[in-house]
Amino acid sequence: MANLDTMMPPVTERSNILRWARKNLFGSWTDSLLTVVGALIAYWAMRGFLNWALNVAEWEVISANMRLLMIGQYPIEHAGRLWLWLGFLVFLAGNSIGIWARGSRYAFLLLLAPAALALAPFGSEPKRWLVALTLTGLVGWGLGRGKPEVLKRSVIAGWVVSLPIIVILTHGLSSSETGFMPVVRTTLWGGLLLTFLLTVVGILFSFPMGVALALGRRSELSVIRWFSVGYIELVRGVPLITILFMAQLMLPLFLPDGWTLDRVLRAMVGITLFSAAYLAENVRGGLQAIPKGQYEAAEALGLNGVQTMIFIILPQALRLIIPILVGQFIGVFKDTSLVAIVGLLDLLGIGKTVLAQPQFLGLQREVYAFISLIFWVLSYGMSYLSQQLEVRLGVGKR
Amino acid sequence: MQRDAQPQQTTIPFWRDERALKVLGQIIFVIIVLIIGALIFHNMRVGLAKQGITLSYSFFKNVSGFDIAETAFPYDRNSTYWQAFLIGLVNTVTVGSVGIVFSTILGVILGVARLSTNFIINRLAAFYLELIRNLSLLVFLIFWYLGVFLKLPRVQNAVIWPGDIILTNRGVGIPWGIPTASFPTFRLILLFGLILALIVFFALRAYSQRTGRAPLTLLWSILTLIVVGALGWLLLPEKPLIFDLPFVKGLNLSGGKILTPEFMALTSGLVLYTAAFIGEVVRAGIQSVSKGQSEAARALGLNGFQTLRLIVFPQALRVIIPPLTSQYLNLVKNSSLAIAVGYPDVFYVSNTIQNQTGRAVEMISLVMLTYLSISLLTSVLMNWYNQRIKLVER
Repeated sequence: MANLDTMMPPVTERSNILRWARKNLFGSWTDSLLTVVGALIAYWAMRGFLNWALNVAEWEVISANMRLLMIGQYPIEHAGRLWLWLGFLVFLAGNSIGIWARGSRYAFLLLLAPAALALAPFGSEPKRWLVALTLTGLVGWGLGRGKPEVLKRSVIAGWVVSLPIIVILTHGLSSSETGFMPVVRTTLWGGLLLTFLLTVVGILFSFPMGVALALGRRSELSVIRWFSVGYIELVRGVPLITILFMAQLMLPLFLPDGWTLDRVLRAMVGITLFSAAYLAENVRGGLQAIPKGQYEAAEALGLNGVQTMIFIILPQALRLIIPILVGQFIGVFKDTSLVAIVGLLDLLGIGKTVLAQPQFLGLQREVYAFISLIFWVLSYGMSYLSQQLEVRLGVGKR
Repeated sequence: MQRDAQPQQTTIPFWRDERALKVLGQIIFVIIVLIIGALIFHNMRVGLAKQGITLSYSFFKNVSGFDIAETAFPYDRNSTYWQAFLIGLVNTVTVGSVGIVFSTILGVILGVARLSTNFIINRLAAFYLELIRNLSLLVFLIFWYLGVFLKLPRVQNAVIWPGDIILTNRGVGIPWGIPTASFPTFRLILLFGLILALIVFFALRAYSQRTGRAPLTLLWSILTLIVVGALGWLLLPEKPLIFDLPFVKGLNLSGGKILTPEFMALTSGLVLYTAAFIGEVVRAGIQSVSKGQSEAARALGLNGFQTLRLIVFPQALRVIIPPLTSQYLNLVKNSSLAIAVGYPDVFYVSNTIQNQTGRAVEMISLVMLTYLSISLLTSVLMNWYNQRIKLVER
């Protein structure tokens, strides 16, 4: 039988613009009415927005405070350390794209993003760094393409150690002011830098905890099962902000005398505890989708319970829920803005500082629109990439 | 095979007996949890004792000494902390219920629009959903509050929308009914109408189950209520409600109902945000009903509306209800972000109490317990509804 997709439609149904408009815009009189109303709304909203963005808005508040919004009060003389780990990440990303996205002709264009950002109103030094980042990424891409088999292991190792590298470079090593990489206290971390760190730490630490809770919820041991159920339902029943307040106010009370946690660390603990409960439910969904035959087959091969979980069940279950996990990670990223309420200077919190400057009073729209834009671009970018990845890898379709 | 080699062994040592190990493991787990819990509790007791605090809720009877902008029942700074807490609770429930109603309406519209064959409507809905779903709710709420509602014109240059809605940076005035002397009677009439509507509802359902016909049950019951209400309104000698229009009086708004910028920003922000997620839920639900179902319905001679009402909608509802429940729960939990726009919900009021009294442990546990109860109540209700409509499998 002929393939229906490749068959040409009859002449009368071939599209041309008028026919398309008649079918999709003016099918009936209600349809026409909706089209007109919709077009009016779109036109009105578009005109209002463009008029504001191009004529009314005073964008100097953003360009003048770009550094504050990006890294907060992080000392400028140590900012090179941040560029260093950013370069490391971009290099790894270039490597990964070179190795794993060989099929895609356009994936490497992603590495040009820093160069595109250099067109934004940054100072001249960040611009030089951004161009250097692009070159790093492209070199990494070239190496990854050239020697994929050699580099595979080192790239994976690189991603594994990237978090410690980021934290060490950001935090610094020696406590003296003049020593090698002096410590930058967490109170100075801010802006997008802090948002990024909170997100990454929250995701990475909540992952093992969430998997453990999901396994606990499916455990045959009733004590462990009830403990997991209790934890998951308790955390999912309360808003994140109460957990963040608990972490800020009650966590210091829970610790023995003399132990202290700084405020950023407390927020990280709060986000991790919160995110783990949601992750556990997602992982449980993946576990439930694995057919019983897989367990039986593993048992027949002589694997014990732990081996079955690690080698047979979890890899399949986690692969199934990759799209859901990406969605949850985007959620964590968006939720980190709540730390602004407990007084941390993340991207949202620093906005208040920017607006407190006397020359920029009353520019709330510009500042918060810019912050929204950053959140939107990064969230949308992540979900778009994961969709592309799903299509390419056929995740969830095996 | 091991067992074949030594068949005489009937008991195995307990450290290799799986059942014993399981019990042992659980006991060890409980002990660890108890030790950690005791340590935490001990540290807390010692820490609090240093500050001279013993855990108790007796401070709830003390005078609060702070004002609350929006109160559902009489409250002033001489009232107790307990009353302040209740005010916050009522405000949370208000925002939650108003938010749920409006976000459901907007969400259903968005979900249906997303599936429209009309190109422009479809694209507009898709654009809205993508725009909102990738924003951080807190940033959105703050933008909405500081960038929109507080940037409305001053009272002197108030914007007046058709229907006597006055928009100013001091709040939004809407027309509101003031009860008159005959209002209690009217309330009784409405109650009677409600009972009658319920009778009609159950009678029609019984009729439908007996005969297999499908009368418009909900429509007829609502009509009954409306007719009774309208009759009462017309027949009472004095109108039960007088419509009070808002107007500008000096530097303030007066008359009607004045909704504060905080309430408006919080509620409309939550509605706009949650509606985007509900829209996706509705779209997925409608798409989950296979096309063959509506084609079969058409083949049986049902018209478009009947197909939607009797075939597509009931099946879509089964898919929609569970995720819709979690969106409702999210809305209620997200209403705690009121603290960012200064609306006195239960979390904001509790935070004020905690700042004044230093009772962090008591207040945070109480707030958590409150949200937990609201969440549980909502999910119990929705689960009950879900049980009723779910597919009866044979």
